[in-house]
Formats: sequence, structure tokens, C-alpha cells
Amino acid sequence: MTTRIAPAPAPDVSPIVSMDMITKTFPGVKALDQVKLDLFPGQVTALVGENGAGKSTTVKILTGIYQPNGGTIRIDGDPVVLATPDDASQAGITAIHQETVLFDELSVAENIYIGHAPRTRLGLIDKARMHQDASALLTEIGAPFSSHTQLRDLGIANKHLVAIARALSVDARVVIMDEPTAALSHKEIEELYELVETLKSQGKAILFISHKFDEIFRIADRYTVFRDGAFVADGQISDIAENDLVKMMVGRSVEQIFPQTNHEIGEEVLKVVGYAHPTEFADINFTLNKGEILGFYGLVGAGRSEFMQALFGITKPSKGVCRINGNIEVIRSPADAVANGIVYVPEDRGKQGAIIGLPIFQNITLPSLDKTSRKGFLKLAEEFKLAREYSQRLDLRAASLDQDVGNLSGGNQQKVVIAKWLATQPQVIILDEPTKGIDIGSKAAVHEFMAELAAQGLSVIMVSSEIPEVIGMSDRVIVMRDGRIAAEVEGDDMTPETLVRHAAGITTPTEGAAA
Amino acid sequence: MTTAPQTRHVPDRLNSRAARIFKSWEALLLAVAIAIFVINSFASPYFLSAWNLSDATFNFTEKAMIAFAMALLIISGEIDLSVASIIALASTAMGLALQYGAGTPELVIIGLTVGVLCGAFNGFFVTVLGLPSIVVTIGTMSLFRGISFIILGDDAFRGYPASFSWFGQGYIYWVFTVEMLLFVIIAVIYGVLLHKTNFGRAVYAIGNNPTGAMFSGIRVARVKFILFLLTGLMSGVAAVCLTSRLGSTRPSIATGMELEVVTMVVLGGVNILGGSGTIPGVVIAAFVMGLVTFGLGLLNVPGIVMSIFIGLLLIGVIALPRLWAMAAARRTP
Repeated sequence: MTTRIAPAPAPDVSPIVSMDMITKTFPGVKALDQVKLDLFPGQVTALVGENGAGKSTTVKILTGIYQPNGGTIRIDGDPVVLATPDDASQAGITAIHQETVLFDELSVAENIYIGHAPRTRLGLIDKARMHQDASALLTEIGAPFSSHTQLRDLGIANKHLVAIARALSVDARVVIMDEPTAALSHKEIEELYELVETLKSQGKAILFISHKFDEIFRIADRYTVFRDGAFVADGQISDIAENDLVKMMVGRSVEQIFPQTNHEIGEEVLKVVGYAHPTEFADINFTLNKGEILGFYGLVGAGRSEFMQALFGITKPSKGVCRINGNIEVIRSPADAVANGIVYVPEDRGKQGAIIGLPIFQNITLPSLDKTSRKGFLKLAEEFKLAREYSQRLDLRAASLDQDVGNLSGGNQQKVVIAKWLATQPQVIILDEPTKGIDIGSKAAVHEFMAELAAQGLSVIMVSSEIPEVIGMSDRVIVMRDGRIAAEVEGDDMTPETLVRHAAGITTPTEGAAA
Repeated sequence: MTTAPQTRHVPDRLNSRAARIFKSWEALLLAVAIAIFVINSFASPYFLSAWNLSDATFNFTEKAMIAFAMALLIISGEIDLSVASIIALASTAMGLALQYGAGTPELVIIGLTVGVLCGAFNGFFVTVLGLPSIVVTIGTMSLFRGISFIILGDDAFRGYPASFSWFGQGYIYWVFTVEMLLFVIIAVIYGVLLHKTNFGRAVYAIGNNPTGAMFSGIRVARVKFILFLLTGLMSGVAAVCLTSRLGSTRPSIATGMELEVVTMVVLGGVNILGGSGTIPGVVIAAFVMGLVTFGLGLLNVPGIVMSIFIGLLLIGVIALPRLWAMAAARRTP
């Protein structure tokens, strides 16, 4: 492990922000129950907890989006009320969110300074100064684009840099980073670490939320653990071992080992022939067998999700057919795909997966309504039965099945989406980054579950950018690069080195050719 | 710290059916309707007369027929502002057919067909070309009525056959009109369609998250297209009733009705941004609007003042729960 630069903090430093006995309830759910959290100047505090532990709620309270039902927030020892996001901003608290809200139609500078743009004496926006300041900020964080760039022209990693620049553009004393590295490449993550060190040296207090333990041990000085909305422990990172932190987080010890995948692999279920798209991918050919877990690895932008969405009938490929159970099928819409037993759990669960606003049970039964209804008429009792069965199977945590799925934590929303598809009894399930942004306990549960599905004869396609996951779970791995299949590896050839080499396009004598 | 149980039991529902109904928008609206009824019966001695009340239903029956279909359309996240113009065009088509000797059955078929075709026209632009429905239907609002004006100019079609007048002027039994019967039948059909069928569930899913609905295998475009067809069809039905009741067609027929229909839908608790709302809510809203208009009419309040009242009622009823929530939030800091 890397050496940490920061020394152990002096005990007499008092926190900038201190949350004490904070409670927050939602209808039917106690999101936070008398938690405490201290953020010290010049230190990184990692907030650790499973999905649903109350991390996001804490961030929203600190940034003035939610009001706590009880408890005190102190800044420099004085009790404050953060009634609006503006109050939080005035108090010097700024956040880089999990899913940052930026404006595609505006320029980078406008995005950075929206809400607090420098003004001319007439009260109009001082564009020259705004761009000048924005450029300075962008240089400081090493962003490789100009302040005049339209946001929509940036990739996700660069958008993230804009979000960071925006957070730094207010004179912040407290910076909250909610899973800042989730969408970043290895190199970008290193740059982010440097940035965090810079912020630390400026005496800012940093709240760092991450599910990646290597990251936490690399960058954090302190930790605070929440579990199911309650405070568990806090202390110095240097005083604790990774295993103990995991135990505190999940309330039990979690095997970091991937489940045994000694399932029977049967005959061919799906054969994809010559799938091509004008811009996103070309020449995709592969077969998928019964009971097999097929991994799709590649860098962000390699065209994996785009291809999967075409296979699911969302985007229309320009060429290509599927053979499903020996029959040639053309999939023109998701409805066609579902009818053919192919289902897709998307990466963007908020937008594409869960239907926020509908209750849990209606989310689960949505694609199975033909089964739970008679002649097109709903049968609620049947729906609840199906929803109950699958929510139990996935160990869903909710107040009731009638609850809006939007009130669930990210991990539980993901469970609802998976439950929705399993209830259709599919043949092929495509999981697009199934464990992205979910905690270690839920991750193990998802892996376990995937192995169980394969053992039951379901064919799984897993798109993942996490090498241990790809290797640990897959029977076979297809590596994509620039919209094409770069290699297909299986057995002992599935090593991190091979996958990275093919994904990055590093030529070696042993490089596998596209099928 | 207690450890979590191994298998969690998640209950189906937390609130009982009675609690859900009691706390609903519809309950509030029903209270408003009853209040207006009581106030009206004190305000005017002519209010509590079966025949007067029967006449009053004409204030809302035709609008409500369209409002039911519109409710589904708005729940799905779309809107159709051309409904009143569809009435004009359908009525004009019927009047034109009358000139060529069409009888009552032909007139009805023509009215409904024109309605459906207009709905298909709107639906094509929205679901096939992906244009925003508010823009498309503002366009067709001018287009459909414009065609009527070209055909009719300052003229009017008159002389509808006696049997045709049954739809807008006929009675089923005692004070109960044909339109009232149609209103009840259509309300039940749309209530069942929205609340008891897979199609209705798809409408809610689309209104809450069209992308998610599409990713769940729902044929979003098809559902929306059907909703435009239904709204067009209901406009056709309303055109038949209104033309029958008035006994003539002018190009200015039903002017401004689209906004009254939308008002009724929103007053009924349908979220104008889509995703939620119920048919019972729209039914009660229809009665509320009918009662207010009728009560004020008995007091000889002019039409323009009436529209002020309706506007205030709409804003008041919608703002009330929000004000209530804000007050409640202030009490518990």
C-alpha cells in the first residue's frame, strides 16, 4: 500500500463542522438515528457504510437540501441551521455529488459559476472575469479543456472535473466528495488524489464517501462508520485494519472471495452475428451458453453498454441478427427482447431502471403484467404475491411494498430492478455494471446471486469495469476496444494483465484476434 | 445494537384502504363539492330543483367526456390542446355531410371518425416524429379550427334531423339526460381502463419515467398514440353531443373549451407534469365546476366573472394542500 503523506492529526484540533445527535425521518423510514460526524481542518474523513446506511442523507443535510428532525449542526462550535443550499454554501460547505447536476447546454465556465457568477457594475454577468477565473481553476485541477467548451461535448470524467471546479469556485472550507472516483479512470483517480492532498494542505476539511477500501486507506485520515442509519464508530484510519472496518460496516464479516462458479454450462442459448452500428460498434460476434457467466470488459467508451442496449432493442443496430434457441430473431424493441427472454439491468438505475414515483410492487410487476393479470385486467393479489416472492429472494429492505421506489437507497433500488427482471423468468440477463456504486456487503450478495442464477441455468452477461469482479465471476471474458471485440479469453488466460493489455490495445505477440 | 434478522418481512402496505382514501385529494375535493352544493342551496331558492340541476349538468358533461381521455394523456406526460378545435372540425364535417343528405347514423359516424383522425394526426407528430405535444397541438388547434372557418366562413350549418337532437337534448328517464348517461358510462370505462388494466398501469409508468418504462419493455410510443386516438375520439363524441344540443354548427363552436377541460383535469388532482391522478378525482372536479358555474348563473353573475371564480377555485384548491404542508412544516422545526 502507498505511504500516506498526512501525519496523524493533533488531538487538540477542533472540528470545523460537527453533527451531533442528528435524526432524519422519512415517511415510514428512519434514515438517520442520532448520528454524529466531525470534520476536522486539513483532514480527510471517510464516511463508510453500506447502501442505505444514511450517507447520502447526511450529505443532503450538510448541504441544506434536507432538514434534520433532530440534533445540532455546529460550525466552529456555534450551532447553525442550514435551511437552504445557499445557507450551506455561505457556511463554506460544498459538495461534489454522486450524480452531479450539470447543465449540458451551458459552457464549462457557466457551469462552474452558475448561481454565483462575478458581476459587472451594472449587475450583469462579467463574462471576461468568469472565464478568466474558470480557466485558473481548471488549470489548478489539471483539466484538459477550455472554459469555453460546451459541457455536452465533454465525457463523463471531464464533466466530473467541472463538478470539482464548481465545488472549489465557492470559497469552501468543507468539501464533500460523494464517490468521486466512481466514473474515473486509473490516471484520473491519481490526479484526484493529488487534488485532495492540495485541498488538505489548504486546511480544508474533506468528507470522502467511497465504497473502495483501497481508496479509503490510501487517502483518508479518519473514518466514521454508519450502519442502517445509526452511528457505529469513528477514529483514526491508522488505528484500524481493513477487516475490522468491514465488520463494523456490515455488522458481520464478509468473505472477499468470489463464490464458486462450478455450475454446469449447457448448450448454446444466444448467438450474436455481425452486430454493427454506424458509430458505436462493429463486427460483434459471440455465443452465450446456458448457465454461463460471460464477462464484458473494456475501458469506459469501448462500446459495451451501447452494444448491450442494441441487443436489448433500445438502439437500432444497422446490421446483425440474433439466434435464440436456434431461431433467428430480430430484436427491434425492448418488448421484443423481453418476449425472447433477454432482459437488461441498466447502469443508470435512476433514469433507466427504476420507475421513481411508482410503488415497489408496481415496479417489480411492470414487465410481468401479462402473467399477473387476466385478459388485460390487473389482479392486485397476484401482483403482491409476485412482488413479495422476488423481494424476499433479493432480501429487499423497505418499509412496505407499496412504498415509492424513489425512497429506497441506491442498492435497494438496484434490487427492485433485478427483481423486476427475474420475475419475467428470462433466459439471458444482461447486467451492466451491476455493482457500481454499491457497498461491499451488497456487492458480495450480488455476486452470490449471480452465481446462483447461473447454477439455475440462466445465462448471464456481465458488463463490468472492475477487473477482480470480471475475473472472479466470469466463465469467459470478451474484451472490447473502440467498439470492436478485441479478444475473447477464458480459463487461465483470464489474468488482469491480459485484460488490461487487450482493452488498452497494447500489442504483444500473444494478442488474440477478433472472432 | 441489534442484529438484523436473516430474512426480512416487508409488508404489502402500511396504510389501510380507509386511511388512503381519507387522506386523498379526492376526499378534499368531495368536501369542496359538498360545500359548494350547500352554499348554492342557501344562495338561490331555484337551486334545489330537479329540473334546474338537470340543466346544470350540461355545464360539464361534454367537457368531462374529453377530460377523462385528457386525464390519461396528461398522466402519461403529454397534452392535447386541440380538443375544442377537433369539435369544431368534427361538427363542420357533420354539417357538411348533412348538406349531402346524411342521416343521423352517418352523422354520428362522421363526427367520431373525424375526431379519431384528428387524434391520429396529433399522435403521429408526437409519437412518430417525437415532437413535443404542447407545440404540435397548439399548431393543430389553429389548423383544425382554421379548416372550419374556411368551409363555413360566417355561415352556420342548421337543420339537423329531429332524431339527431336525441344526443344533446334527449332524456332517458325523468330528469336524466342522454348526456348524463354517456358521462356515467364513459367515466366508468375510463376509470376501469386507468385503474384496473395493464394499459392503465403502463400510462402511469410512462408518466413517471418514460425512459424507464421503455427499458421495462413497454411500447411507449404505441401507448401514447392510443391515448391521442382516445382523446380525439372523445372530442368526436363531445362534438356529436354539442352539435345536437345547439342544433347548429358555427366555426366558433366550443371556443376556449380546451382550457376548461385541462382545468377540470388539473382540479381533479392530475399532476400537470404527468405521473399521477385518478378518474374519480376528475369526476368530482366535473361536478365542482358544474355546480360553481350553475350557482353563479342563478345569481346572474356574468360569464367573465364566472371564469374568474373558476380560476381562483383552481389555484385555491391546488395551493391549499401545499399551504397546509408548509404550515405543518413550520410547526415542527
